[in-house]
Parts: sequence; C-alpha cells; structure tokens
Amino acid sequence: MDTREQGGASSELVTRDEDGNLPDRFENPGPPPHRYRLADTDPKAAKNAERQVAALFGISILGTIFAIVAYFLFTPENTFASIKLSNTTLGLGLGLALLGIGLGAIHWAKTLMPDHEMTEMRHPMRGTDEDRTKALEVLETGAAESGIGRRPLVRNTLLGALALVGLPGIVLLRDLGPLPKDSLTKTLWAKGVRLTRDPDGKPIKAADVTRGSIFHVIPQGLNESERPLEEKAKAAVLVIRMDPNMIQEKDPAREGWDVDGIFAYSLICTHVGCPVALYEQQTHHLLCPCHQSTYDATQYCKVIFGPAKRALPQLPIAIDDEGYLVAQSDFKEPVGPSFWERG
Amino acid sequence: MKGLAARRRRPLATVVLLLMALVVTGAAYAVAAPTFANASTTAAGDVQRGRDLFVASCASCHGAQATGTRAAPSLVGVGAAAVDFQVSTGRMPLANTAPQAPRKPTEFTQQDVADLSAYVASLGPGPAIPEDQYLNLKTDDESLAKGAELFRVNCAMCHNVVGAGGALTRGKYAPPLEGVTPKQMYEAMVTGPQSMPVFNDANLSPTDKQDVISYLKYLEEQPSPGGFSLGSLGPVSEALFAWAFGIVVLIGAAVWLTAKSS
Repeated sequence: MDTREQGGASSELVTRDEDGNLPDRFENPGPPPHRYRLADTDPKAAKNAERQVAALFGISILGTIFAIVAYFLFTPENTFASIKLSNTTLGLGLGLALLGIGLGAIHWAKTLMPDHEMTEMRHPMRGTDEDRTKALEVLETGAAESGIGRRPLVRNTLLGALALVGLPGIVLLRDLGPLPKDSLTKTLWAKGVRLTRDPDGKPIKAADVTRGSIFHVIPQGLNESERPLEEKAKAAVLVIRMDPNMIQEKDPAREGWDVDGIFAYSLICTHVGCPVALYEQQTHHLLCPCHQSTYDATQYCKVIFGPAKRALPQLPIAIDDEGYLVAQSDFKEPVGPSFWERG
Repeated sequence: MKGLAARRRRPLATVVLLLMALVVTGAAYAVAAPTFANASTTAAGDVQRGRDLFVASCASCHGAQATGTRAAPSLVGVGAAAVDFQVSTGRMPLANTAPQAPRKPTEFTQQDVADLSAYVASLGPGPAIPEDQYLNLKTDDESLAKGAELFRVNCAMCHNVVGAGGALTRGKYAPPLEGVTPKQMYEAMVTGPQSMPVFNDANLSPTDKQDVISYLKYLEEQPSPGGFSLGSLGPVSEALFAWAFGIVVLIGAAVWLTAKSS
C-alpha cells in the first residue's frame, strides 16, 4: 500500500479520510466522459467518411465484375499455367468483392452510425425462491408418480438394461480383424530369402554394394505376397556398406551378421514407425524425418538423439552360392514401435 | 482521457506495421535471392593446366600431391565426376569451414573445371563424367513415372518429394534440386558428395538415373496451380506463413475493429 501512495496517477482515484485510512467501499466513478468522433462534430469529416465507405463498397462492386469477367476471359485449359491464372483472378475478384462489403460496413458503423454509450446492469443468476420451490415440487411429484422408489424390480431391471446397452458396441469391435497373433513379431524375412531392390524386386549381389552406398531393400517375393503393403511396412530394410573398422565397440553376439561391412537394418523407426531413410554417409547417422530420432550405424544403430528408445533391429545377412545377399533368419526382435506384449 | 486513448493505440499500430514490414522484406528477399550460373558442356581437359590450377587453388587443403591433409580428404580415386560436381556447383573451393559446403556461383570457367577434372582423374581411377546420352531428358509418361517412383524410394526422404530439399542432423541439409543441371545431378548420384550416399550403377542403372533426372526437370517446368507454393516444403512452411503473416493480419484487423474512430 505504501508504494501506491507515491504513485501519481492512482493516488487521484483513492480517497482517504483524515487518518489516512481507505474507505470500505469505493464510489462508482461512472463511465469516462464521452469522446466525440471527428464525423460527429465536423460535417466535412462526415462527408469524407461517407465517401470512404462508398469507395469500399465500390471496390466490392469492381471485384464482383472482375470475377465475372475473369470467369469468361480466363477459362482453365489443359495447362497448369491457365489453371493458375484462372484460380488467381477468380480468387482476387471474389475476395475483393467480399472484403469491400465487410470493410465498408465496419467503417460505416464506426464513423457514421450513432455513437451512444449505455450501461446495462448485471442481473442475478439465481432464480426466485418461488420458482425454485415450484421446480422441486414438479420433480418430487414426478418421482412419486413413477413409483421408482416403491417398485425396486422396475428400478433394478432399468439399471441393468442401461448398464448392458453398451456391450454390443464392444462385441462388434471384433469385426476390426482377427487378433494380431504373431504378425507383430514375424516378417517375410527367413533363412535364404534374397535381399531385393525396392521397388522392382531385383536381387542384389554383395559386390554391387560399394562403400558409401545405400540400398532400399525388400524381401524377395514381397510384391507377389497376399498383402504387399502391410508386409513392406514391417520388412523394409536399409542396406549400407561401411568400413567394418568404423564400428566403435564390436558386439560378439552380432559376429557374422554383416557381410564384409555390408549391414542390413530395419527401416522402421522404433519410435512411431516412420521410415528412417535419411542416411549421412560421412557420419553414418540415420535420421528419422518425423521426430528427428538419430541412429548411429557405427554403434549398431543405437539411438543417439531423439525420442526413439530402441536401436534399429539388425537383419543378419549372408551370401548365397550365386553371390547374392540373403537373410540368415528373420529379425531377432520385433521391428517398429514398442507395443504392450513386446516385453 | 481523449489523449490517453489516442496514445494507447499508437504503439500497437507500430508493432503491427513493423511485423508487416519484416514479412514484406523477407518475401522480397526470397523472390530476389541469388541465382546460379551453370557450366554444363563438356570440354576435353588439359592435365598439365589442371595441375597448375590445382596447386594454385586446392593444394593448400588437399595437399600438393592431392593425397589429402588433416583439413581435407585425399582426391586420389574420387574421379572426374566428383571434381566436376564440386567445382561447377561452387561447393569447392570451400569458402570457410561449416557443417556443409553451400552451393554458390563458381569462380572457374568451364575449361578450368574440365582441366581440374582431367588432372584429378589422372591420379587414380574413379567415376568419370557421365556420357551425354544419359543426360538427355526423356518426356514419355512411362519414364517420368518410373523416375518419380525411383526418386520417392531413394531420394525423397532427404530431398523432399518435389526436390525442395530438407534438413539433416547437426546443421547439415539436403539441398534443393531446382536449377541443378542434369550432369550435376548424375555426378552427385555416382559420387555421393558430402552427406549423400552413393547410388552406383548396380543400384540405379544409368537409364534409371536418366529417368530420375527427367522427372526432376519435368517437375521444375510445372507451375503451381494453387498459387504460391511456399517452397513446396509442406505443412512447415505453410504453418509458418500462417503464423507470421496470417496472424499478423488477423491481429491488425482485430485492433482496427475495436479501436474507436478518431
């Protein structure tokens, strides 16, 4: 309160008695004095405002005419350029037509229409006591006449019916499909399945994968499988070749999973399943474009940045008799985002 | 009161005006951003002259014998394609150390680039400058559709589906592909410059590469029928535009609506 006493502007409003105490209630200061607009006092300004409003409505008229003319003049043909011209001119005309009406109406209301100021007092929200007792009476009469208190059988069966009525909705959810079974943990990869190029399914020779290369890979036969897109969403693989000595700490459990520095990793981000395909061949970082999870291929695709929690699963690969890359088995862990039963 | 109300309005109007000016300046810069000159025709290179150019412009980082120093990698075996790409796009010589060498107007003539490429190619075998037959643009729908599919599978994740470019990690980025010559695109695919991986002929055959390039060049010719494409960067640039421009306009409208007429 002390600081307020020194304040210049606020001390004007605060009226204290002789002892310096604040009053219990402040006087209602009322609305600020009415300020007259230029157009209220100066007929010239009013005439000016009138012209401005008319000009805005005039812009609207011109916009409308322009839109109609543009419709006939710039008919879209088979080229993008003509479609663009038609869209732009139509949009410009119709936009000006609406904007002119809106701006004109507001300018009219602000400058020329009457500028009364009035205060309406708030009224209490609570109903009168009379209304409240009447409402209660109606409710009580209704409850008594329905006999819900006297007939427990009716009451209980009604409660049971209401509780059960939602059940069909839950039972019908079964139609969404069979239970997932092992489809979350199994993919099309198996022992001897060749690694093939996305999208044409051509098998890849180990010698084709030169240092610094990246191959986007699908399992052989994916395009002929029953549900190719669903299978691809799980089985998509990224093949890169790097100097095996770049691996920071060799994991003995993954010994023999790569072919002379050719590594195959799941393409599906372990965060929410976007394709992690942004590979930087100098740093060997793999970046997910959705939430910037970054995996380091020199650490078996461990997460080094971002919201993902698990490393990208590695696909163990080998070379077959003809020199093509093949899978040694399926992934050793489920691919993609975590789920409840994943453990 | 009259004076106070009038004063209260002015600072807000200043802020709105300033923001609008910023938006307009930014948009004007985006329109008038520098463009690039491109060297595209091939010329026979002079190894001796290339060596002289190399010693003058490149040896301080890449070493007098081009075997690399701690500042820059060895150029033995990178091939003529790598030199042609890096120098003709202005990425080399490097202006300063940064996460990534930016594209900029080159200081070398076409003959200089050809000589430099010939010299580096003479140091060891590497990807050669692509043959002209693969640089002709195809226009048939089948090739364009195949090029688009290959681009979506192999390139779009970094370069964006219409080649508008995108961000990588730690300040690096995939550059936009507009204005890059077919030859430079081809060379980038074979050599894998900077962060970009290599797409060798076993992965994308020369015809595949030609399809991808044809698709990108076809895209460049397509105007955006919906008005401003805002860099074709998708929801990011559109939302940014809505925030920076749309909301400023809305705030300006709200201020005007509620202000009392003078």
